[in-house]
Amino acid sequence: MSLGLLFLTVLALAALGYAVGRRKAMGTVGGDMRKLHSLPTFYGWITALGVVVPVLVVSLVWLFLEGFVIHNSALSQIDPADVPADSSINLMMADVTRLSQGLSVLESNGLDLAVIKQDLDALKIALGEAGVAMGNDPTPNMIAAAEAVRTTASYSRLGLTLATLGLALAGLAWGLRRISPDFRARNATERVSIGLLIVASLIAVLTTVGIVVSLMAETVHFFRVYPASTFFFSTTWDPKFGGGSTLGIMPLVWGTLYVSVISLIVAVPIGLFSAIYLAEYASRRVRSVVKPLIEVLAGIPTIVYGLFALITVGPILRDWIAMPMGFGNSSSTVMTAGLVMGIMIIPFVSSLSDDIINAVPQSLRDGSLGLGATPSETIRQVVIPAALPGIVGAVLLAASRAIGETMIVVLGAGAAAKLSLNPFEAMTTVTVKIVSQLTGDTEFSSPETLVAFALGLTLFTFTLALNVVALVIVRKYREQYE
Amino acid sequence: MTTVPPNTGAAPSAQTPRAKHSLFSPDKRTAARNAQESRFRSYGLVAIVLALLALVWLLFSIFSAGLPAFRQTFIEIPIMLDAAVLDKDGNGDPAEMASVTTIGYGKLIGKALGIELAAKGIDIGEMTAKDLVGMVSENAAADLRDMVLADPKLLGTTIQFTALAHGRIDGYFKGRVTMETAVRDNSTSPEKLMLADQLVAAGMMKMRFNSGFLSMPDASDKRPEAAGLGVAIIGSLYMMCVVLCLALPIGVAASVYLEEFAPKNRWTDLIEVNIANLAAVPSIVYGILGLSFFINFAGLPQSAPIVGGLVLTLMTLPRIIIPTRAALKAVPPSIRDAALGVGASKLQTVTHHVLPLAMPGVLTGTIIGLAQALGETAPLLLIGMVAFVRDFPGAPLSGLFDPASALPVQIYNWTQRGDPGFVERASGAIIVLLAFLIIMNTAAIILRRRYERRW
Repeated sequence: MSLGLLFLTVLALAALGYAVGRRKAMGTVGGDMRKLHSLPTFYGWITALGVVVPVLVVSLVWLFLEGFVIHNSALSQIDPADVPADSSINLMMADVTRLSQGLSVLESNGLDLAVIKQDLDALKIALGEAGVAMGNDPTPNMIAAAEAVRTTASYSRLGLTLATLGLALAGLAWGLRRISPDFRARNATERVSIGLLIVASLIAVLTTVGIVVSLMAETVHFFRVYPASTFFFSTTWDPKFGGGSTLGIMPLVWGTLYVSVISLIVAVPIGLFSAIYLAEYASRRVRSVVKPLIEVLAGIPTIVYGLFALITVGPILRDWIAMPMGFGNSSSTVMTAGLVMGIMIIPFVSSLSDDIINAVPQSLRDGSLGLGATPSETIRQVVIPAALPGIVGAVLLAASRAIGETMIVVLGAGAAAKLSLNPFEAMTTVTVKIVSQLTGDTEFSSPETLVAFALGLTLFTFTLALNVVALVIVRKYREQYE
Repeated sequence: MTTVPPNTGAAPSAQTPRAKHSLFSPDKRTAARNAQESRFRSYGLVAIVLALLALVWLLFSIFSAGLPAFRQTFIEIPIMLDAAVLDKDGNGDPAEMASVTTIGYGKLIGKALGIELAAKGIDIGEMTAKDLVGMVSENAAADLRDMVLADPKLLGTTIQFTALAHGRIDGYFKGRVTMETAVRDNSTSPEKLMLADQLVAAGMMKMRFNSGFLSMPDASDKRPEAAGLGVAIIGSLYMMCVVLCLALPIGVAASVYLEEFAPKNRWTDLIEVNIANLAAVPSIVYGILGLSFFINFAGLPQSAPIVGGLVLTLMTLPRIIIPTRAALKAVPPSIRDAALGVGASKLQTVTHHVLPLAMPGVLTGTIIGLAQALGETAPLLLIGMVAFVRDFPGAPLSGLFDPASALPVQIYNWTQRGDPGFVERASGAIIVLLAFLIIMNTAAIILRRRYERRW
């Protein structure tokens, strides 16, 4: 049974459980609802939950483990000596997976697999016609492995179907048996529901754990095949597919910081001054129009900014500034990316600063104005110093946004890893290199691919530290005036 | 009554040194302070104007580059579908007719165009039949072939076939290609452009709204005129369905627990800090998570909307939880007390009273979270959505596992192509993306204006 159908069947059983549970509860008291402990719906709900929850848990665990079992059954069929010298066991397993899919396609096309498996050439041609591309030609061992994949997978599916249906029916029967006028259905339903709520809120924690574990595992893997000292301290980034690459993070970090600093130079004054104007000078009407308009900048997807950098800002900077002044002739430059990213993070600076300036108590302003200070003196000497920690927090959040931004730099900053001071030169960033090392066909054992995880971990740690500091500052500041 | 000489109030003060302190003429220092005041004010105004100008500039540049993508040049040619060429055995069996490739159909189109030009009395000069084929898109032959194979009865009849013009011809009418660039271009020539002008004069060539841009799949590097967003829109739609079906219930459940049930202890504190940080993790990191967990570990297929949907769900969750918690917090405690007072359990209080009252806020947050997810590109690049996909994914649920593209990734993909026609396509695709975002955000604003209650 396909997964979708299985799912629908279980849902149907749950609906049945609800209806029957409710009726049975009413039946036990002869239709007199007052004699039940809980409202009749709760008897229905607890029966339905009894069907769904165990099935959900078991099938998730099952699907989770299925992959391992299938992989191992295929692995047991492959002799390590079979792996060609220029290939790896992982590539071979990928071929086995494709082969097993291909065999299923051939079978559904009405070919006799038993016959065609004897004839390797015919099999190859048939696979090609079915549109299955393989890295290497199939060998008898690979066919055996592919068959193992197919049989294990089909057994596993059968087992899953039987297990879930059995569990669902058992849950239904057990739930119905429990129903009696004294059964505290409401309490039971609520206990289960709160359990589900807790599980939902744990998903956030699991996501973090997943991020950390997946980054850590592959990074450790990377440092086993590549020296950490070169990664952290080398000033060249020169990946070569085929080995012998130098993978120093320095040029990438430099590019990232350079772009971020330019973007902050653009965004902080504009964002801060517009926040001050909106909070202190603007009338309510101006504010209600301008504030959402500036926030539109934050709602525009980054790919739009990327294209803007690529087709508009880049060529303008090149033709009007870089070329006439002899700084360079590339349209993808640190300046392009920094400028466009600056536009993007204006609302991050302005919105948060605006909130923070508004949170400064009016009494401070009144005191200053009462002593005869002009509004701008009040702002500069009273409001801003009072709001400074919060503003620093806002700027840090914007900086972390700029460091982690990908699409603008992919399209605007270029791909050359360079350590240079000239802002009109193409440079590259950590995020760009993560994308370029991980897109396309990836083979997970070479340092050229694994380095992306080390880069990802660096990026994650860095932005996390910035965020934590920023959040602590902002939060502390808010408490101060509340 | 004493006579007071006129102007005595003003005249002495004009002579004494104290006159400087008149309220009517500010002293130097006050003037400087006032000037500073207005300067400071103008900085703020300038900053706002700059920010708004940037927004206008951005939108103007995208719209001016992208609007032409919605109009396309078409050529109308009457084509005699010669049975002797297309169906050599004459038995009308589609399987055997399939042996005629698109090259054969291309020649047919070239011939038909030549005949029609001769009939209209348009001089084609030195141009060969091959040049004439170059007037139409390479996709036209494939379209014609599909049409004939789908309906073999058309054989032997003359049909009015509407073909896409070649990308360069289209670019000529949109101002992207000029006579000067055509001289240096392998894909076109000034003669072709002049012929195109004549075709327009003869009414055979027209530019009109191109619905194919929204419905057709992507096309290869040499055929920008045939590239469309069909697969990308479906892929994005599938992903948004996955995100909605997972992130909304999980997000609401997590917020309800944290806001209404969770005891204040170290564990719940940890969860809260976690959620705040997850909202600020760079999106590309979620892409790495998707690649190593969903694809390498769980073995889900690359480029599939289900993987994209799962990654975007994890990304959207904190962005839904934060506004949902704010909405729950905004419901006054008196409502809870009243419900608890008449004997409702805590869960009943939440599901019957608090959640319905918070629903407008929850839905607003969800829609805004979905809009952000719709525009997200970087994580999708890592899970293989950049692949060239021409086939539409199947119907849900199994279609969720088929390869597909997504709107923002399609835009990225087009920016990486060589033909300048794709810049127009990418900008046009952004207009489509922005249209979706505007619709979603407007819905969110209307929802908020209409149903949000202030207590």
